[in-house]
Amino acid sequence: MLDVVVFFFLLGVAARLAGSDLKLPEALYETLAIYLLLAIGLKGGIELSKQPIGALLPQVLACMTLGFAIPFVLFPLLRMLKLAGPDAASVAAHYGSVSVVTFAVATAALARAGIAYESHAALWVAVMEAPGIVAGILLARLAARRDAGAASTRWGELAHDVLLGKSVLLLAGGLAIGAVAGEAGTAPIKAVFVDPFKGVLALFLLELGLVAGARLTEVKRFGAAVIVVGLAAPPLLGLAGAALGWVLGLSAGGVALLATLAASASYIAAPTAMRIAVPEANAALSITAALGITFPFNIVIGIPLYIALAQRITP
Amino acid sequence: MTTTARHPKTLLVIVAEAALEKTLVRDARERGAQGWTVAEVHGASLEGVREGTWEADRTIELKFICEAAVADAIADHVIATYAKHYAVALYFADVRVLRPERY
Repeated sequence: MLDVVVFFFLLGVAARLAGSDLKLPEALYETLAIYLLLAIGLKGGIELSKQPIGALLPQVLACMTLGFAIPFVLFPLLRMLKLAGPDAASVAAHYGSVSVVTFAVATAALARAGIAYESHAALWVAVMEAPGIVAGILLARLAARRDAGAASTRWGELAHDVLLGKSVLLLAGGLAIGAVAGEAGTAPIKAVFVDPFKGVLALFLLELGLVAGARLTEVKRFGAAVIVVGLAAPPLLGLAGAALGWVLGLSAGGVALLATLAASASYIAAPTAMRIAVPEANAALSITAALGITFPFNIVIGIPLYIALAQRITP
Repeated sequence: MTTTARHPKTLLVIVAEAALEKTLVRDARERGAQGWTVAEVHGASLEGVREGTWEADRTIELKFICEAAVADAIADHVIATYAKHYAVALYFADVRVLRPERY
């Protein structure tokens, strides 16, 4: 049985494919995104307040390394699918970075199944957003190094945009507030940031369903390659994430979450960053794979698979 | 009657992907633009439909009122730098303003 929030996503997809005029106001979409990021950060931060942060350093470094490594593994495979250099680099960056909403759906699924996970997992999300994007840009630069006309990367500006972009800022900000204020300090805002979380997630997924539905109609434009990428990358990367979680000695829930993060593809931070840093890449191709195919795959099929896998490999 | 005198200036309108906003504004300022307005829009071009439903799909309309030479410099730069890889639309219009020193 699918988690109830996933039905909202499917409703959005169906509405879009049926040509409904349903549309969430832009301002609401923004508000929901801000809420989700802050709420996820806060939840992780409250857990951080209960343990020494230094002890988590190996986990943090391992997560960042995984995010950075994913594009380098994917890039040659994407080139084999006959993707052009910049396109392959851009798609690889999307998969190296992570999807916060996929993570949120996975935590909801774990909670419903009664499987415990490391409550500071939001920290992993916060540190896994940027490394994949940096790796993707490096790959694009390496692929274009013979191209004399290739634009130089403004790394300073890019770092500013990615690290102070709303997703990392709000996640990290929520983590910090939660860590400083602790369980007691955040109790007064629990009614807003904790209890309604799942309802808000459902509403956000309805909107994402509408957006993903629009991308689905684009699949035809790119042919089989985008379908292969969108469906094959998540299980492959999910295995890598689960393996890393196992090495780190995480709980079953933690392994499932790390697998989910590895398998997920960014559709907020990465598209904007790659659009500026690698303009010659086809933005629609990456978005169609990440949001049109991989995101629905992960929330409907992938997450239950990663959870089952995690339960098998953890004691 | 001085306050009602009309002075000719050029209005340059650039419709582009929202991801370009920062760089377009920076480039325009470097070429002498003193002010600008930005609005979010949605629409379509030869490159396809942009509905503006989420971050990566947004489109902006940037307006500059400036000297004709400044508008030309900005437009030439935008075409040379961005038109190859980004969806960009540009047009000019002659406008008249009341306080010419502001543009």
